[in-house]
Amino acid sequence: MADFRTPLSRARGLGASHHGVSHWIAERVTSVALVPLVLWGVFAVLRLARSDYEMAVAWLSSPLNAVLLALLTVISFHHMHAGMRVVVEDYIHKRVSKAGLLLLNLFVCALFGALALFSILKVALTGGAY
Amino acid sequence: MATSILHRMTGVALYVGALILAGWAMCLAAGPEAYGTFMDLMGSPLGKLVLFGLSFSVFFHLAKGVQHLVWDMGVALRVPAANAGAVATIAFAVVATAVVWIIAAMTGAL
Repeated sequence: MADFRTPLSRARGLGASHHGVSHWIAERVTSVALVPLVLWGVFAVLRLARSDYEMAVAWLSSPLNAVLLALLTVISFHHMHAGMRVVVEDYIHKRVSKAGLLLLNLFVCALFGALALFSILKVALTGGAY
Repeated sequence: MATSILHRMTGVALYVGALILAGWAMCLAAGPEAYGTFMDLMGSPLGKLVLFGLSFSVFFHLAKGVQHLVWDMGVALRVPAANAGAVATIAFAVVATAVVWIIAAMTGAL
């Protein structure tokens, strides 16, 4: 069968959507980053579980804790958006419900990821002034 | 096979877990009163049950995710190696969950 693709198009390897495998790679890269971050997060929860408000604020005022928690939050929400997107695409086949759920997934991840990140930075930068 | 669908189910559970993390950050930013309410909620029997499920989900999803990364490198794809990976995933998740809750009990975090 004749191949109508140009040599340049074949070399780029991006296919008709021009996205190529960037989504697939992003899911892998975020999962590699999350392995150490999540293990750190488990021990952070163990520590915070026996802390009161002042101790939690002091904990989050440490630059290392604030940065690691901010990274854990951003990368987690990115990763879970990608994961839920695949779940919706696999199981929901009606066009309208599929589009609606994909939008809902994006909006929920963007909204709560931003709220969590802003709250973390607010506590870390102001020392819990409310 | 069972661990494959469990990977998805724990992933969806962790989606809820990330929203709880966002709730924690928002309550901490809102002040001591809201933070106290959040901690009381998570310290209740239902809250602990949710946290227990989330801790298992974290370790299961992490271990299965590592197996997927290994598969993506094109190794351990034959059935015996894949089955061994599934057994290792379950074993790691169970042991790590138990260790975390034992540490929680020993340090007074419960």
